[in-house]
Formats: sequence, C-alpha cells, structure tokens
Amino acid sequence: MDSATSDRPAVRTPLGSSADNGLKIVVVGGFGVGKTTMVRSVSDIRPLNTEEIMTQAGQGIDDPSAVRGKTSTTVAFDFGRISLNAHTVLYLFGAPGQERFWFLWDRLFAGTLGAVVLVDTRRLADSWYAIDRLEHHGTPFIVARNDFGGPAHTAEQVREALDLSETIPLIDCDARSRASSKGVLITLVEHLHALSAASTASGTSTASATARKTTP
Amino acid sequence: MSRPGRDDDPDRLYTLTGGRSRAETDAFDLVTLVVSECEPATGMQSEHVRILRLCEHPTAVVEVAAHLNLPVSIVKILLSDLLALGRITARHPRMTAGAAQLPDTDLLEQVLVGLRNL
Ligand SMILES: Nc1nc2c(ncn2[C@@H]2O[C@H](COP(=O)(O)OP(=O)(O)OP(=O)(O)O)[C@@H](O)[C@H]2O)c(=O)[nH]1
Ligand SMILES: [Mg+2]
Repeated sequence: MDSATSDRPAVRTPLGSSADNGLKIVVVGGFGVGKTTMVRSVSDIRPLNTEEIMTQAGQGIDDPSAVRGKTSTTVAFDFGRISLNAHTVLYLFGAPGQERFWFLWDRLFAGTLGAVVLVDTRRLADSWYAIDRLEHHGTPFIVARNDFGGPAHTAEQVREALDLSETIPLIDCDARSRASSKGVLITLVEHLHALSAASTASGTSTASATARKTTP
Repeated sequence: MSRPGRDDDPDRLYTLTGGRSRAETDAFDLVTLVVSECEPATGMQSEHVRILRLCEHPTAVVEVAAHLNLPVSIVKILLSDLLALGRITARHPRMTAGAAQLPDTDLLEQVLVGLRNL
C-alpha cells in the first residue's frame, strides 16, 4: 500500500493497514472436483498452500511433544483471499472431501460463514460424506454442480441422489470462470442472509434458522 | 539453507517451539490478522524475525504459515510467544459465533456488496 516495502521484492500483495476482520468460507468436495480452481478464479492472490498437524485423536496439537510421536499426521489445504472492503477480508479454503479428513474440516468449519459443496455429477457419491458432516456440524451450505460434461442429470435427480432438502440452493457452475465462481459465492451469502433474517425475525434461535429437517 | 520446512523431522519442529506446551494458541484463529508492533532485532529467533517482517502489514495466521512453510499449529505457538512479548498484536475475527449461530445480516450485506463489486 505504501512504498516502505520497496526495498524488498514484491513477492506478495499485502493487505491494507486497516484490515481487521477475517472471514472464512470453505469449498469442500471430492478429489479433483475443482476446489483449487474455484479458489484461484476468485482470489486476489495466487492460492497458497499450507498444512496442519493432527494427532490421531483428531485435534490439532495441544502439546508440541505430540509431534515427536508417531501419532501425528499432516494435512495440506489451499486457500485464497478476497479483500471485500477496507476492513473485511474473506478467506476461501479448499478442503479435501475424503472421510479421513473430517478432523480438518471440523477445525476449518469452526467460525466459518458457510460452505460450498462442489459436486461432479458423474461422481455424486463423493459428496455424500461432506454433506453429512456439514449437516452434523450445523454449518450452512449450498451445492454447486461443476460441469465436467458428464451425463446430464436434472436438478431433481441430483437433489434426490444427495437427499438435499428444498431449502438448500443447488446451482450449476464452472469453477474455471471468475464470474461463475463469484456467482456461487453470492448465492451462498444470499442463502446465509435469508437464514439469518429468518432467525432474527423469529426472535429466538429456532431450528428453522439452520434449514435442517431435524432439531438439534 | 536450514530454513524450517514441511519436510522437517518432528524433532526440528519440537526444537523450534522450545518443546513448550501450548499456552494460548486457541486465541488464534486461522484468519486472525497479525500485525507487528516492533522491528526485528538482532538476536531474535529467525522465525520471529520473519514473522515480524511479514506482519508489517496485517497478515492472517494461515498466510504466515504458508509463507514460513510451517504447519499452522507450530506457527500459532510462535505467534503466542510474540504476543506475550508485545511484539505483535492480533485482530481477531468478529464473526466467531458457533457453527449453529448465524452471522448478522449487516455483516452479510457488507460481504454481498464486496462480492458484487469484484
Ligand atoms: N471441464 C471442467 N474442468 C474443470 C472445471 N473445474 C476444474 N476443472 C479441471 O479439473 C481439474 C481438477 O481441478 P482442481 O481445481 O485441481 O480440483 P481440486 O478439487 O482442487 O482437486 P484436489 O485438490 O486434487 O482434490 C483441473 O484440471 C481443472 O482445470 C470445470 O468447471 N469444468
Ligand atoms: Mg486442490
């Protein structure tokens, strides 16, 4: 933002000094479904990759000595960043959808606005686990069908196969397109807004706020 | 180069964090923005120096981890040391509600405006 850093190579794009509120959205889905592509399409920065150490018990390490044992494992994930205004920065995380990564999501999901479940209609079963986990966690989400040119399924067929309630938006997208990926994020945030407005209107934290069929 | 990286053996990571048990690393979210409050000084641990340089501008915990090529958990320990010494400050996310609790509509409207302007 200022020239004070010109003595160092511009290897990264820093945030403005007023940035003070980080938000999170998670993009989750099966192997190769386009998570990294979607993050790249809308990010202000080239997606970065990092990793977290997990103990087998599934927590992040509480005690660094745990790293020495054989019980820890590392999980990589990538992320991008969008500056929304002078104060607010949205971080987008691409998280692997396989069941063995559930502990990573549980940490990523904590405090997220919501999630995008990317599905490839040729491999719908790959997204079952992610959807289950999000519902279990009470994290609001939408489903986006990334078009890989597979056999056409109607929205109803996809909804049925995924056992999605009518209240959860289901849209088509092309993760390679910035406009399309931006549209996916807008659909998610509009959904969150509707849920939030409904829960405010009903006064208390009713079960309808999370758009789930069952109460906690 | 002996820069710590993801291929480090666990003993190296253990040494890096001084083998201490975690103090207040829960204070840091992945998207907590970290800001340096002082210049790096001679004699500081090299990872601390790198963090102080990176965080001349607000930088999220997860970005620090990516740039230092270190696992997030290790970076949180380094950051809690720097925080305890007053060498950094932390700007925590204001949307820290539990998963079942939704963000308020004002915040979501701001997000929508930002996204539509992309
Ligand atoms: N036809 C088509 N190809 C796509 C689309 N989105 C992504 N791809 C391609 O699919 C491949 C996998 O995309 P990635 O973004 O790496 O998928 P990922 O979900 O991050 O993969 P993993 O992290 O390995 O699970 C790449 O070659 C992309 O170019 C899409 O909307 N349509
Ligand atoms: Mg990927």
